[in-house]
Amino acid sequence: MPESGVRDNRHVQGLDALELQPRHRTDKSSAAELAGRIWAATWPKATAAALVLLAWQVLVWSGWRSEFVLPGPDRVLPTLFHEVSTPEFWTAVQVTMRRALAGFVPALLVGVLIGLAVSQVKILRNAFGSLITGLQTMPSIVWFPFAMLLYGINESAIMFVIVLGAAPSIAGGLIAGIDHVNPSLLRAGQVMGLRGVQRYTLLIVPAALPMFVTGLKQGWAFAWRSLMAGELLVIINQQNSIGWALSQARQLNDAERLLSYIVVVLFIGTVVDVFFNWADRALRRRWGLTAP
Amino acid sequence: MTIATQTPTRTEAVQITEVTKAFGGGKCAVTAIDGMSVAVGAGEFLAIVGASGCGKSTLLSLVAGLEDPSEGAVDVGAHRVAMMFQEASLFPWLTVGANIEVPMKVNRVPRAERKRRVTELLDLVRLTGFERKRPHELSGGMRQRVALARALAQDADVLLMDEPFGALDAMTRDILHDELERIWREKGLTILFVTHNVREAVRLGDRVVLLSSRPGRVIEEFTIDGQRPRRIDSAPIAEQAAGITDRLRKEVLRHA
Repeated sequence: MPESGVRDNRHVQGLDALELQPRHRTDKSSAAELAGRIWAATWPKATAAALVLLAWQVLVWSGWRSEFVLPGPDRVLPTLFHEVSTPEFWTAVQVTMRRALAGFVPALLVGVLIGLAVSQVKILRNAFGSLITGLQTMPSIVWFPFAMLLYGINESAIMFVIVLGAAPSIAGGLIAGIDHVNPSLLRAGQVMGLRGVQRYTLLIVPAALPMFVTGLKQGWAFAWRSLMAGELLVIINQQNSIGWALSQARQLNDAERLLSYIVVVLFIGTVVDVFFNWADRALRRRWGLTAP
Repeated sequence: MTIATQTPTRTEAVQITEVTKAFGGGKCAVTAIDGMSVAVGAGEFLAIVGASGCGKSTLLSLVAGLEDPSEGAVDVGAHRVAMMFQEASLFPWLTVGANIEVPMKVNRVPRAERKRRVTELLDLVRLTGFERKRPHELSGGMRQRVALARALAQDADVLLMDEPFGALDAMTRDILHDELERIWREKGLTILFVTHNVREAVRLGDRVVLLSSRPGRVIEEFTIDGQRPRRIDSAPIAEQAAGITDRLRKEVLRHA
């Protein structure tokens, strides 16, 4: 028997080695490979940005509108760099980002609570399932007049609309994540005796996480839009913010500043999106949903 | 090489008595299992074979307690039951080691003890050193061995296997037969092994139960002769498998 045991062992190991061999090749990455990957990821984006700037400049050169109304990148970019060097700019960004966070966190809590409740209770799902989808399609700007009536012209009105805009997407992502947990994993959990709280902490929540992150990303997009709309509509006196800077620039007919702040809004949106995409990819890779 | 089967008082680990299981109600009711009685001795390797629609998987669900019989009784006494499927169904977000820990977390095994058992179980299924890998980094056969380790981590002595090697290539399957046979003997497990592959059943089983289809009933039981460890391509195995296949074909023809 020992002889046969040794033979078996070597058979198993041989087969494992054969089946694993090809997968090991991308394990190690040198500095050169890393630089290559960064370059490969960067150059299409850089080229796209250059093309957009070029198209913009061509539009200005075409004389479609006077340069007073539509300045080219040659004038907007210096204004932008100048703005970035002023403390007022950073105060504005800080205020806006603080509002974004202060709106997104309650939206997250509300979204998770609603999502959990709706995905678990059948009656709630029948009652509120389509309402949540409906709320997602609603332009959040519609809520502002009502919000200002409720809270007056202050930050609470903006927060209210952010929560209404973002929470349905977050809840929707969570519900979809829980609904689409692989049935064979649920069965495995059942066989192992996973129940109650453990069923959630060890199985449902991690299994639903990738779709939940997708919901978070969408929720953020809605929150960001609601916030910008809110800062333009609900002008809170003497409170510097990106929206306030935009409306100031418009009142002063300062197209260069106006466009600089539009670039800033685009930039912030892109950075946060990149962060969510990174989180999404990292999760999917770890969950084995995509090839490494 | 003698097998220590000195079990004069071989008690039954699983007792299935006159079990009927129907799904749905009224005119649409489908009887998956009809009046089935099977006794599985402690330490026995029972293979269950049948064509499609014989209620093989339903039978295992009943023994696992995932479903209740419509009539009759399933008695597993004080035995703990674990189950494996055709898919390994490992949690993809956990490492191999953490997957094996899941049932021990359910059973509130302390952390140090869990780590010790994981190492032990990985040695048993010959995946020493794979603790930190993720399921998607492993081959199908390796994933099934992790699933086996996870099932054993439930401290079960009755193991239900629902076509566990059905999705594997022939070479891997052969080797896993050897492995399963070894672990079954080392651990003194009672195994109910469902398959549609008659040769696999004869290769592994002490006994083979042949089921009819729609509804599932026991047609015949075969006691398999042959010293272990067996080979799937040995003459006695092939010969006994041929006899059972003939009987199974007759059953399939009945539905033509």
